[in-house]
Formats: sequence, structure tokens, C-alpha cells
Amino acid sequence: MGLLDLFRKKPSGSAQTAKERLRIIVAQERAQRNTPDYLPVLKREILEVIRRYVQVDSDAIQINVEKDEQQEVLELSISLPTDER
Amino acid sequence: MAEIIVVTSGKGGVGKTTSSASFAAGLAMRGHKTAVIDFDVGLRNLDLVLGCERRVVYDLVNVIQDEAKLHQALIRDKRLENLYILPASQTRDKDALTPEGVERVLNELKEEFDYIVCDSPAGIERGAFLALYHADQAVVVVNPEVSSVRDSDRILGILASKSKRAEENAEPVKEHLLLTRYCPEKVEKGDMLSVDDVLEILGIPLLGVIPESEAVLQSSNAGVPVILQENSQAAEAYKDAVARYLGEEREMRFLQPEKKGLFKRLLGG
Ligand SMILES: Nc1ncnc2c1ncn2[C@@H]1O[C@H](COP(=O)(O)OP(=O)(O)O)[C@@H](O)[C@H]1O
Ligand SMILES: [Mg+2]
Repeated sequence: MGLLDLFRKKPSGSAQTAKERLRIIVAQERAQRNTPDYLPVLKREILEVIRRYVQVDSDAIQINVEKDEQQEVLELSISLPTDER
Repeated sequence: MAEIIVVTSGKGGVGKTTSSASFAAGLAMRGHKTAVIDFDVGLRNLDLVLGCERRVVYDLVNVIQDEAKLHQALIRDKRLENLYILPASQTRDKDALTPEGVERVLNELKEEFDYIVCDSPAGIERGAFLALYHADQAVVVVNPEVSSVRDSDRILGILASKSKRAEENAEPVKEHLLLTRYCPEKVEKGDMLSVDDVLEILGIPLLGVIPESEAVLQSSNAGVPVILQENSQAAEAYKDAVARYLGEEREMRFLQPEKKGLFKRLLGG
């Protein structure tokens, strides 16, 4: 960086950060919007059961409901800690 | 057939009441008989913005509770003969608004008016829900700022799933984005979300962009909807938005930082 650049006003670009964060959160909330109301409770209860056996973080469980014309699929994925067996 | 328009946002303080007043006034200026209803029970403000606060005798809740007839509660604007205001009640009882009561009032208004503009309270509770439930079209007021954009997306979700049109599987509520308090200078510096950013995130059609403007404060001080101000960018931007709503093509204005000098003086504020 040259000396002159120090004096030049650079755009701080905080709007870019705002846009990125919004894109992610809005997408996430939209995906959640059309899921059944019982999902959060279901997730909590499954987490409790898992934790009787393995210590996992609360974000280790992903639940998704996929819909197509024929059926609805409840997709459940749990990532276990690597050192646990 | 009368059309019900909700002015909504989720977040408070973004310009719903300001926009409801100017939008309703704009429709009235264009010759349409328009009623604007304040749904903010307990926090009545539309009357102040429209300058009719001292003429309020009865309010929405009085009509719902059969303490007054609709025509006794409607206030006719002194400047625009096509504009009528139905004020909110100052009662603290939020349950005073009932779904059946609101429906009855709207049905009665539909017989007489071309447009019914519903100024929604903030939040996603009862008042906001009742304001949007019957809507045919929704003007979603958004500021170029993270929490406002996120909240407005939640409102879009509610319009799509909880409105009467959604419940009845009718044609969905038509959504319009009204971006307000826009500062082209900050956008240029990279410190404010641009129109395009917000459009990209929300993905609904743009009705208008209202610049941040001192004229808004001045006109609400005076009790005049800003759209009636002379030589004001905000007024021009609201007129454009109303024209677009009515199906006219208008180019977006005031998106670039102002050139200093003569131009600024001609269209200042
Ligand atoms: N375009 C604008 N420029 C400057 N101030 C504005 C603008 N729009 C709204 N305001 C101000 O923002 C504040 C909140 O506006 P209001 O319409 O009451 O919001 P809401 O009804 O969404 O709570 C008011 O003080 C109003 O004067
Ligand atoms: Mg308001």
C-alpha cells in the first residue's frame, strides 16, 4: 500500500457485509417458514435422547422437511463428535 | 370493486404511518374515493400526521363495539374531498379489535370507497395481523437497514400463509416494496444497502423509493401529508409511487446523490 492510499478515503463497505448476512438469514428463515410447527420441539427432544449417549452440540442436529408431489420426507442428520465412538 | 391495501413492515418507525397518509392522499388526489384506517390501537398517530386530531369524536373501536355508526367516526379531510380517515382508538385494550368487527367495518367501507388503506401497527401481533388479513394488496415499507429488511421478510411470510387470500386459496396478496428513508450519499459510500441489494434479497416488485427528507418531519409537524408539499423530493417520490400503483410507468428518481448547486435549490429537501 502506497503512502498516498493512507489519505484516500476508502469506502468502508459495511453495506456489503449487511447484504451477505441478510442473504443468509433470510434464506434460512424462508426455509424454516414452511415446516411444521412441531419441528423445534421434536428437535429438542431428539437432542435430549442423543445426549443420554453422546455429548453433541445443539447445532449437531439438522432437521429438514422435503416436499415433492408424491410425499413429504423428514430428513434428520446428526453429526457425532469425531473422538466419540 | 373496492380494493384493500395494507401498509405494513414488521418493524416500527420505518415510515408506515407517513406512507399510509401520503399514499391515501395521493389516491384521493387522483380522484379515487379513499379511506385510510389507523389500526394502531393504543398508539393513534395517523390523525396527527393528517392534521385532524382535534376532529376525532369516535374511532374504529367505537364502530366495532356499536357505540357509533361508521359515518360518525369517519373524518373527511379538509384539503382533499376524496379522503376520509378512520382513527384508531386510544384504549389500552388490544383485544378491542375483533376479526368479525374489522370484517364488518371493511365490508361497509367497501360499499362506498374505491380504496381502503390500512395503516398497520408494528410487530406481528393481533393488530398487525388484523390490518393485513383482508388485504388485496400490500405495500411493504422497508428501510435500507438489516433489521427492517429481515422483519419485512417475515411479514411477507405471514401475507403468504395467514392472510384471508392465503386461507381461501385465492390469488395471493399482491406485494409491493416501498423503500423509504433512502440516502443515496450513504449508498454511494458503501454504508447503506442499495435499492438493488434490497430487491435482490426480498425479491418483490419495487413500487417506489422515498428519499430521507427533512420535508417529512416538517409536514408531520404541520399535520399535512408530505405528498402535498411543494418542491419536495419525498412528495414527488410518493406521487410516482401512487402513479405506479395505478398502473402508470414512471422512472425511479432520486437514486443518485444530488448535484450541488442550482438543481438542489430547485428541488431541495
Ligand atoms: N422519508 C423520510 N425521511 C425522513 N424522515 C422520515 C421519512 N419517513 C418517515 N420518517 C420519520 O420516521 C419516523 C417514523 O415514521 P412513521 O411513519 O411514524 O413510522 P411507523 O408508522 O412505521 O412507525 C417519523 O418521525 C417520521 O417523520
Ligand atoms: Mg405508525
